[in-house]
Amino acid sequence: MDARRAAELAVRNSYSRLVAYLAAQTRDVAAAEDALGDAFLIALKTWTEIGVPKNPEAWLLVTARHRWIDTARRTQVQDKILNTLKLNELASQPEASFDGVNIPDERLKLLFICAHPAIDPAIHTPLMLQTVLGLNAAQIASVFLVAPATMSQRLVRAKTKIRDAGIAFELPEAAELPTRLAAVLEAIYAAYTNAWETIDGGDPRHQGLAEEAIWLVRLCIQLMPQAPEARGLLALMLYCEARREARRGQGAYIPLLQQNTQLWSQPMINEAERELAQAATFKQLGRFQLEAAIQSIHAQRAVTQQVNWEALALLYEGLIQLSPTLGAFVSQAAAIAKAKGLDQGLARLDALPIEPIKNYQPYWALKADLLKQLGRKSEAQQAYSRAIGLTEGFAIREFLLDQSSRLDE
Amino acid sequence: MKYAILVYETEQDLANREMHMPAYNAYSQALADAGVMVGGAALHPSHTGTTIRLQNGQRNVQDGPYADTKEQLGGFFLIDVSDLDVALDWAARCPAASNCAVEVRPLL
Repeated sequence: MDARRAAELAVRNSYSRLVAYLAAQTRDVAAAEDALGDAFLIALKTWTEIGVPKNPEAWLLVTARHRWIDTARRTQVQDKILNTLKLNELASQPEASFDGVNIPDERLKLLFICAHPAIDPAIHTPLMLQTVLGLNAAQIASVFLVAPATMSQRLVRAKTKIRDAGIAFELPEAAELPTRLAAVLEAIYAAYTNAWETIDGGDPRHQGLAEEAIWLVRLCIQLMPQAPEARGLLALMLYCEARREARRGQGAYIPLLQQNTQLWSQPMINEAERELAQAATFKQLGRFQLEAAIQSIHAQRAVTQQVNWEALALLYEGLIQLSPTLGAFVSQAAAIAKAKGLDQGLARLDALPIEPIKNYQPYWALKADLLKQLGRKSEAQQAYSRAIGLTEGFAIREFLLDQSSRLDE
Repeated sequence: MKYAILVYETEQDLANREMHMPAYNAYSQALADAGVMVGGAALHPSHTGTTIRLQNGQRNVQDGPYADTKEQLGGFFLIDVSDLDVALDWAARCPAASNCAVEVRPLL
């Protein structure tokens, strides 16, 4: 394996460990990333000349520390940090330790820092993607539909706050743990749903951040095996992931109920079922376990050829109690329309307050579909138009245009 | 804040404008229903443009666009929203965003 490849692999595998470890000692996430970035560049150059060291991760860490100390000395503004480093005897690590550094895993602390209540919730996911996965600001900006310069500023601001406000790199106390963990999982889920929504016509395999999100939740489970909601979230994402290949046919959008279940990944569904069952053994129901249970019912269609709409409507009822999101209300209306009749589903939609649904595409898409089935053509036409105007993405827009043009058939 | 959503289109899109009309009508209606629409217009293809320069007091008039590019400005929407993030959300829903490209610029 050549030097560049070895360096890349070492960085991918240990990036988060190294950032977490360095940041936990100094609370300075940005400086940790900078030092590590420098170390990576030095590694590429040095390893090409002298070969890859026995323990690349330790080599990167020691080099990063040296870079950091150099920078701190040069700028002389980070005395406190330098002291911390010295106290930890980081400054005088002999070169021999390239082979023998034992790096404690501080990633869990880093995850909790990224989703800390003192940090703007909108930046939780971007922060996690950058510090834990090493994505750059431009990549993250594209995913969240934000100008790259703005995203970069927001990330810098968040890291400055972590440093200057002295947010501790500690695990939350037991009493706080459920809320704090919920914020971490929420941030991971945001990365996933984003990836889910941005897949578009041409390429159903476009992954977005799906893989990254699944990697993050697996990391959570590995670090916190006793957290049922983390398993619930993994199950939820696996159920959705299992359907990836079935979501588009020659670039065209295929609604869930028309998907060919043969194209669903059965191994992924099986893994999701196992995770969900495992989560249930803790007897602490949560939002993600419920959402996973909902997807599990859809997954059963592969076996039973039908969907249990009554069960779905009930699960949505429970979900709304725990987590009353707009998405849950709209999905519940869809389930009720199937279980109890179109009128009742439509009544649920009509009962929602107008301001939040005004620009919410799924609301208008469902409304259009229900009105169409009820034979209320002109109202359906208006709802379709609204849904089309709010749609981002070619395949779904084409699908809705097609549906609306068939109203007169 | 007011922003212009500049709609860029390929030759092919311009040739098939009729086909894209329902999508653009729906988009423009959604902007109006959301209460963010300030104005906008669709432009004829760039070959219908005429470019004028006054150089050393001399008039120089040319057939065609100022910049001859493969993708051309096909029209624009003017919107009034709270910030750039919201403007980008609307820009992403513009049909041209998935066909070619849209550019968002704040108005002076």
